[in-house]
Formats: sequence, structure tokens, C-alpha cells
Amino acid sequence: MDSTTSAKEPQQLSSRIYARSYAGLEIDPDRNISDDAIVFWRIVKLAFSNRIRITLALVGIVAAACFQLMIPQLLGDAVDGALGLVGKGNVSVEAGRDALYFAAWLLMGAAVMRGLFTLLHNYCGESIGHLLAYDLRIAFYAKLQQLSFSFHDHVHTGELITRGMLDLEGIRSFMNTGLLRVFLLIILVGVGAYLLISTDLVMGLLALSFVPFVMWKSAVSRLKLRGLWWTLQEKMAVLGRIMDENLTGIRVVRAFGAEPYELEKYDVASEEAHTLAAERIKTRVASTTAMTFAYFIAMGLVLWVGGTRVIEGQMSVGTLTEFLTFMTILQLPVRQLGLVVNSFARTLTCGARMFGVLDLEPVIGDRSEAQELPANITAVKFENVSFAYPGEGLPTVFNGISFEVSRGKTLGIVGPPGSGKSTIAHLIPRFYDVTGGQITIDGLDIRDIKLSSLRSKVSVLAQDPFLFTASLENNITYGNPWAEDADIRNAAAISQIDGFIDGLPKGYETLVGERGASLSGGQKQRVAIARTAMLQPEILVLDDSTAAIDAGTEQRIRQALKEQARSAATIIISHRLGTLRHADEILFIENGSVVEQGSHDSLVALGGKYAALFALQSREGEETVKAAKGAAE
Amino acid sequence: MTSVSRTAADPNAVRPPRAVVGSQISQDEVIFGAAFDRKVVRRFAEYLKPYRKTMYIALVTVLVFTGAQLSIPLVIRYAIDKALVGDTGGQALLTLAVAVFAAVIIVNYAANYLQDRLVGLTGERVIFDLRSAMYAHLQNVALTFMDRTEVGRMMSRLQGDVNSLQEFLENSITAFGDLVLLFGIVIIMLTLNFELGLLTLSVVPTLFFVRMVWLPRARKAFRRARETNSINNGALAEGIHSIRTVQGLHREAVNLELYGDKSQENLRAHLSSAKFAQVMVPIVDTLTGAAMAIVVVIGGTLVLDKELDVGVMVAFLFYVQRFFDPIRSLTIQYSVMQRAMASGQRIFEVLDVPLAISDKPDAVDPETVEGALELRNVTFGYYKDQPILKELSFKVQPGETVALVGPTGSGKTSITALLNRFYDVWEGEILIDGVDVRDYAKAALGRHVAMVLQDPFLFTGSIFENIRYRTTGAKREQIEEAAKIVGAHKFIMALPFGYDTVLEQQGHNLSMGQRQLLSFARALVADAKVLILDEATANIDSYTERQIQIALQRLLEGRTGIVIAHRLATVRNADRIIVLQEGRIIETDTHDALIAKNGLYAKLYELNYASFDDLPEDIVNNTLTAPVRS
Repeated sequence: MDSTTSAKEPQQLSSRIYARSYAGLEIDPDRNISDDAIVFWRIVKLAFSNRIRITLALVGIVAAACFQLMIPQLLGDAVDGALGLVGKGNVSVEAGRDALYFAAWLLMGAAVMRGLFTLLHNYCGESIGHLLAYDLRIAFYAKLQQLSFSFHDHVHTGELITRGMLDLEGIRSFMNTGLLRVFLLIILVGVGAYLLISTDLVMGLLALSFVPFVMWKSAVSRLKLRGLWWTLQEKMAVLGRIMDENLTGIRVVRAFGAEPYELEKYDVASEEAHTLAAERIKTRVASTTAMTFAYFIAMGLVLWVGGTRVIEGQMSVGTLTEFLTFMTILQLPVRQLGLVVNSFARTLTCGARMFGVLDLEPVIGDRSEAQELPANITAVKFENVSFAYPGEGLPTVFNGISFEVSRGKTLGIVGPPGSGKSTIAHLIPRFYDVTGGQITIDGLDIRDIKLSSLRSKVSVLAQDPFLFTASLENNITYGNPWAEDADIRNAAAISQIDGFIDGLPKGYETLVGERGASLSGGQKQRVAIARTAMLQPEILVLDDSTAAIDAGTEQRIRQALKEQARSAATIIISHRLGTLRHADEILFIENGSVVEQGSHDSLVALGGKYAALFALQSREGEETVKAAKGAAE
Repeated sequence: MTSVSRTAADPNAVRPPRAVVGSQISQDEVIFGAAFDRKVVRRFAEYLKPYRKTMYIALVTVLVFTGAQLSIPLVIRYAIDKALVGDTGGQALLTLAVAVFAAVIIVNYAANYLQDRLVGLTGERVIFDLRSAMYAHLQNVALTFMDRTEVGRMMSRLQGDVNSLQEFLENSITAFGDLVLLFGIVIIMLTLNFELGLLTLSVVPTLFFVRMVWLPRARKAFRRARETNSINNGALAEGIHSIRTVQGLHREAVNLELYGDKSQENLRAHLSSAKFAQVMVPIVDTLTGAAMAIVVVIGGTLVLDKELDVGVMVAFLFYVQRFFDPIRSLTIQYSVMQRAMASGQRIFEVLDVPLAISDKPDAVDPETVEGALELRNVTFGYYKDQPILKELSFKVQPGETVALVGPTGSGKTSITALLNRFYDVWEGEILIDGVDVRDYAKAALGRHVAMVLQDPFLFTGSIFENIRYRTTGAKREQIEEAAKIVGAHKFIMALPFGYDTVLEQQGHNLSMGQRQLLSFARALVADAKVLILDEATANIDSYTERQIQIALQRLLEGRTGIVIAHRLATVRNADRIIVLQEGRIIETDTHDALIAKNGLYAKLYELNYASFDDLPEDIVNNTLTAPVRS
């Protein structure tokens, strides 16, 4: 087919871009083993930071393992006792019965103690995991809140949610089911080996002969499973994205009758993911069953050699029982070793992904000598500002742009799409940092101002506001949760939404947002304006934030905002000239630089780009511009 | 919430902030269902049907595997009693026992391998099938259902719920094995020595009694832990989605504190659930100890009295150690089953959503259409007794462009949705070339009626793929040509990789106008005879607007067009204008004729706004309430 060649190319490209966008996270899927070691040691260190609990857990493990290991010996003694053997020689039935009772009491005691210490170490292990998860959860949340817009631009939200949920869970469960379980296994095998080998060297070695094989096998499958886990996660993410987009864009799908196409797209991704999932199962099953098999072979050898020795009179049936029951004790941990191996593989992946985010230093933060802003700002100034969005190969948005807005004044900004209008809005509160020149407030470079101080004085209203699934009241007070009722009503009045809210059955308690009552675009924008009005910012940037509000209401909002924010420096970015014409000064921006600058009237009279735009937008404009041209001629 | 603090007597008291993180609607989804739901299991079994043979084989392997496990202590018993303690032919009998042992473990290995592999692979396959079935089903359910359902909730069914069913499937086979093992041990013990067996099993009722006391409390704790997990995750997701607003409004500190509170609750719930989970360990261990002590004392005495073979005693010790494992894992199975039943219910709920719109058996699928449209006495609405369109009728000639004009709620969007058969009419009919849309195959409508939505939706993928979309046969030149016609070529070429630039986050790295142009190009490539267009207005700047006007003209050339128009320019360029109000046509004619008529349209036009959306609400209302001259 012809389209296959053209379809392949973008796909390769897509993985290239994928890699690029994750460069900021310092995660490289092809990391070598030494990185693994670093991740592993960090996780271990985290576990050991909880001194008391880890000590209790380790003590519990050692004690539980020792009591556990007593049991085979006691059982062996009991069997010998039943055969009338105590110590080295035959004894009377009476003495054998005493030995049985003695062994039974000790068995009870050992079993109870083993249970209690298992409770201790398991509970401590679990709680270490949960406490660690709690710390990580908060650290992750805090870090995400600090990371700049450019990070969030590049990393898919779903990806971050996965890290915060699944990867965190992976690290948590590793504490008990991975790390401590391995420790338990080492103690069991180690102490057990000492006991058995000191009892009978050959038999001891035979009983433990499966351990090296299991270790080798688990090391090999660990590597393989880890790689599979990585790729499977990625494929599942792709599948999730395809489903998510299909459901979100369901109207497009339906309108184009594209269901078969969408199904095919899904099937391809689903099959890819399934193949990997199946591969993972095959690998896992092959290794775990082989490990169990090795265990049983060792048991068979013990039975054979031990049996021969019993026949030859070199060993008692009780000692043989001891060896065999010792192996029974090892059976469960050995079978679990597969799970543990999985847990190690998963944790290294999860840990790398988690630390990848936690280790990021926010690009935008306070400098050491950062200052507070003074109480009353007089002016904000762009001085020869240049900017390009972070990322390879992204073009420069502006090249040396300069302007100034002072207190109480309004600056309008207009220009074709891609001219960088909205970028201006993002630079003032330092959502991004300039790449050249500086932005100053009262002569102070904004990078020398404390971020908290800057952002509490600057408010940017975006075109597409995010409303939270919460009451209208909570949404309006989002930036100032300690506001009083009067302030809330006042803000709602400014944004001309008070009448609407009062008309709702639940008023300010009405739930809105994704899962609440649905609001129209204009109503959402008005709630967002109320939210900003609460803050009484000293620098207010309106980025097309009234686009869905009708002109009459918009005018009233503007009037009310002006009265409230008499002392604010206001920047209005809009493509609707009606919104801008009352501004004290208007900038016309094109290709990253200011091409026209002046008041509405002077720009219309100039007869340039602004005038042409004005003509395009209204018939009144058409006539005014014609008249101006006529006068000029 | 805050009502207490508002009326607080002491105004200086520091009251809690009016702030929350995470969704305020409690999780209305049931996490645990009944442990066994016949309906769910039966429905689920349907998906197992294609793999029936495999499942039977898996069941057989489970039986073989369990049988092998059960016989190992018996082999050991045989070896001890016949070869080791017996008087004659010890070595030969031992060799025989070891040979039998070897055979048993080989069978055990093979059965174990087959069982795990078959169960694992089939489980995975069934789950992928189930997910595909849900996805395919969602492609065809009525849009009214999709309108009411959040995408996020649907996704959690496609992912989370499906996974818990997988867990259930894998576990139920293991649970089956555990049950067989349990019964096997009981039977073997009773057969080997009835009295000793009975005495040893006497500890079991204690376990059941303890569990009865423990289970309801533990279940509550486990449930609470899961609930706090989903609350926490919801808050995290909100924090990530809203990050720009959070930083812009400087709310980080408050959120972190609130999130911290939720995490603390989560931690507490988990610690309590861990306590409940672990408290059973010493109890089971004590009972195991007791059972072993019984075997040692009673069994040992019988051996001493020569009434019992020592091998039987050893075998008993082996069985006692294994006895509690299946009981313990069956406890875990219980909550897995509960979770799976709840998930299953939700999954089948989705699969049970009726396919409101499906092809008739004799549906027509013509190669081409002329593009004549007609609405005949159409009545339609979204909610019962609230019709949006009321006995609406009009015709559109092939090649004609009609602009729909009217205030919000007048029914413009409904008309376009009906033409594409997103919904079916209540009464009347909608005809394309004189044939009812319900008589067309869905594929035919998709091919002949293209639609451009107000909010252009783009998919993750390259620009090339987005423009080509469903028309997979389209060549690269066709794509570029379409982009040139709508005026998108220039900005596409300015992107780092041109047409191969991958759109991240559904194209949000492009401006709204650019996205609109791409969706135009997509419609152009689809090359449908009828084009329905919901003009994007609010978010388009005047520059793109002009480009879009030009693109629109080109797009509509030679096609029948229905445009929900907002811009005067668009309206003026249409062949005919239909003015709607409350689901009825109040005027229809060309621009000039309507102006001459001096009706509602003329009045709105006189108001001198470039876009009908710019009209202040009160003016529209006044105009509408004023008596319309006819």
C-alpha cells in the first residue's frame, strides 16, 4: 500500500519527539545497571531513614526466622522420640513419651513466637512502606506545584498521574514484599544452611543446592522482566491515550463515520500491548516454575541420599524428617522469590520514574537575594525583552520588545495569531523566564523579586479558565480562601455573575466544574473574573478573557473592574478591538515586535495595520477608515 | 463547610479557609460488591467461551498439579515406612520411591507450567477482548449517553475495572486449586488415620470462629483504605490538571496543606488496615503449632505403641504445615472477588447501554449523493417533553449554502446534529436526496456528510495524520493540496517538522484558529457532498477569521452547506438565511430580501455588530419580545 511508507515516517518521528519531551525529566529508558544501583540504594536509604521501625522489622525478621528454623529440628526430635530414640540411643517407651511432650510444648511455643514476630516485622514493614508513601506523595505533589509551565507543557498530565499513583504504589509495596522479604529469605537460608551443614555437610549442601540456581534464574529474568515492564507501560499509555482521545473527540469520530478507522487504530495498539503482556507472562511463568522444579529436585536428592544413610544406619529418620521439613519451610519463600523478583524489577522502574520528577529543580524559583515588592507599584516595564519557549528547535517569539504600563493605566495589545500576545501575559508572573532583556517592576528585575510576592500582585486571566469541581464560593475564593462573604458578593457583582448565581437554587453553594453544573463559556469566564477580582491585583493582565462574554456585559465588567482596580496597571490582550479601543495605549504586535503604537484614534488615523483590522471588524470601522483616508487625501 | 465559621461568635478566631482539594462529590462508585454475583459471572463466562477448551485444559492441569502436590508427602511416607523402617530390601525400595518421587515432580512441573501459562495468557487475552468489546460498543452507543458520561469515568472502566476482572480470573483458578488442595488434605489425613486426622482437624473450628469475628471489621478497614486511596488520587489528578491556575492564583501552600490532610487520612486508614491484615498471622501460627503438637503427642504415642507407622506421622506433619496456606489465600480471594463483582457490574453496565442508532438490514449505501436536504415536520429534543425543534421544515438545494441564525437555544446545533444522525428525530423525517437518514448505512452518512465542529478536535499524532484522518488512502499531495486550499500550508511549513510535526496534547500547542484550519482541511480531504459547519467564533482572532472566511468559501464550493453562522460576513455570503427562534423558523430568505423585510434579522443587523455573539443579551431579548412584524 502506498500509505504505509508515509505512515511509517511520522511514527518514527513521534518516538523522536517523545524522547525529546522527556529529556527534561532526565530519564533514559536505556539506562545501564549502575543507574539501577543508584535508584536501589536511594530506596533502601529511604527505608532505613525510619530507624525505629526498620530496627523492629529486622529484629522481628531475625527472631521469626530463628523460631521458624527451630521447628524442623523439634519435629525431627519428635519423630525420633516416637521411634524411641532420644539423643543417640534407644530409650524406653516412657522416656520417648516424655520426649514427645517436651517437643510438643516447644513446638507450640516456637509457633506462637514465630507468629508474633512475623506480626511485628510484617506490620513494621508495611508501615514503613505507608509512611514512605505518605512522604513521597506529599513531596511529589509539592514538586509538581513548583515545576514551571514549560515542564507541564512537555509532560502529559496522564503520565504524571501514573507516576503519582502507580509508581508510588510500586515503591510502597516494595518495602515489605521486596526488600524485607529478601532479608527474611537470606536469614532463613543462611542460618538454615549453617544448622544443616553443621548437622551433615553433604545433606546440607544437597538441601540447599537449588538456591544458587534460583538466584541465577531470578537475576536473569529480572533483567528481562524489567525491560518488558518498561515497554508494556509505554504501550498501555498509548492505548489509554487512544481510548481517551476517541471518547473525548467522539463527535468528530461520529461525524466522519470514522469508527472503523478508530477501531483499527485501537486494535493495532491493543495487539502490540497484548503481545508484550503475553511475553511478560511467559517469561514470568517459565522462570517461577523452573525455580519450583529445582526446589523439588533438591528435595528428591535429600530423600535419596538421606534415605540411603538411614538404611545404612548413619542417620535417624528424625534427622531426615528435619531436613525435609526444613525444605518445606523454604518452599513458600522460594516460590515467592518470583514475586520478589518482579517487585525488584518494578521498583527500579518506578523509583527511576519517581526520582526523575522529584530530582528536578524548578527552572523558575527565588534567587537567594530575592526581595519583596513594595506596597504600591508604579509601573511595569518590558525592556528589550526576547523570548523563546524552552525546547530544541523552537523559534524565538519576540526579539527585543519594549513597553511600559503604569499604575492606573490600561495597555491594549493586539496582533495576528502567533505574534506572541499571550506570551506577554505569561512572562509577567514568571510562568516562563525571559531569554533576553528584562522585565522590571518599579525598576526591579522580576527575577530578583520573590516569586510569592510577585504572583500575589500580578493576576493573569486566561481565555479558557479552569474551574474546580467545588462550590461557586470555593471557586471564587480560590486565590483567597480567607475572604469574607461581602468580598465574594462584591467580586461576583464586578464580574456581573451575581444575578445568575442568586438565581440558582443553591446559590453560591452550587457545585460547578467538570462534575458539577455545566456553565456556558461566558459564565465560566465571569466566574474566573470574579476569582481574580477577589485578589485586587496591582497588575492585571486580561488575556482574551472576555471572548465568550457579550459586548454589553463585557463593557460593564470592564467599568466595574476599573473602579475597583483604579490603582492597577492593566494589560488587555484581545483580538476584539471593541474591547481595546478605550485603552490608554495600544500596541500592535507582529512577528515578535511592536509595529504600531498609540491610542485608538491615532492608530486609526495612521491608516496602517490597526486601521485595516478595525475596518475588518466593523462596518462603522469601514466608514471611519474610509473617512480618514479621504481626509488624508 | 464554612457556615459554622461564618457565624462564629468570635470574629478574631482563625477560621478554616474556604478551600478544598479534589472532587467534592463523594465517590459514588461502589468499590466492593457482593462476593458472588451470578449475573456478572454468567456474562463474564461468555467472554471465556472462545477459550473454553483452554480453560478446561487449565482446570485439568490444576487438578494434576494439586494431585502431585498432595502425593509428595505420601511418597515420602512410603519411602520411610517401607524402605527405611522396613526390614527387607531397603535400598531397592528407596530407589523405587525416589523414582516415583522424580516422576511426581516432573508431572508437577509440567502441570504447574501449563497451568500458570494457560491461565495467565487466557486471562490476559480475555481482558483485552473485554476491553475491545467495550471500546467497540462505545463507538456505537447513542450520543445522549456519551453526553451524560464523563470521559474520565469511562476510562476508569476501560482500565481499572477491566484489570480487577483480570485479577479475579487469575485468582479464581488459583482459588479452585486451593479448594481442591484443602479437601485433598482433609481426605488424605482422614484416610491415613481417621482418629488422628479428626483430632488434628479439631483446631479448624477455632479458626472459623476467629475469622467470623475478624472479617467484618477487617473488611471495613480494607475498604476505608481503598476509598482514601481514590480520594487522594482524585486530588492529585486535580492538582495536575489545574496546575496553571494554581500557580497563577498562588494557591500552592493552601493546596499542599489540604492535600497533606488527605494524605494523613490515607496513611491512618492504611496503617489500620495493615494491623487487621497482620493480626491473623499469630492466630494462624498458633493453630498450626497446636495442630503439630497434636500430631506429635497423639501420633507419636501411637507410633510408640506401634499402632501407627512413623511415615504416616511424618506425612501428617507435612500436611499440617500446608493446611493453612489455602485457607489464608482464600481470604485474600474473597476481597478480590468482591472487587471483581463490582467492577463487572460497571463493565456490563456499559456493554448494556443500548445501541440507539444502528443500521437497518436494508440500509442503503450509495456511491454518491446529490446533496439535497430536507427537514420535514421535525420535532426533537434531548429531554422528554422539552422539544427543542418544533415541527420544523425546510429544504436545501444541492450546492446551496444556508446560514442558520438565531439566539442561543434556538435549535441550530440540534439541526446539524440530526443531519449527521447523532440522534434520531422524535417525529417527522430528515431526508438526503429524498431518502430518510435512518435508511442510510451509518458509513454512508459518515462519507457523504462531513462536519466541522465549533471546537476543533485534533488527535495526538502528526499533522499529516490529523488531516488525512479517516481517509487513509489519501496521498501526501492530496493532504498538502487541502492544506493549501484552506490556507494552512504556510503555518504548517513553519513548524519544526512541517507536516510530520507531532501534535502534543491534542494540538494545544497550536492556536485555536490554526486548529480550526486543520479541521477544515480534514473535512476537505474527506470530500463529502454535504458539509455541516458550526462556525467557531469566540476564540478566533480577526486575522484567522479572514483566512477562515476564504477557506470556507473554497470548502463550500460545489457542496451543499449548512452553516451555523455567527459572523455577519459568513451570513452575508450565504445563499439563504434561516432565522430560528425557539425551534421554529421565523424568517428565511436572502440577506437583501430579509433586510428589505425589516424583521428580526434586519433589526439584529442594524445593531451594527460584527458578530451575532457580540449582541448584548438584553438587546436580543428586547428585540425578540417586541412584536415581530410580518
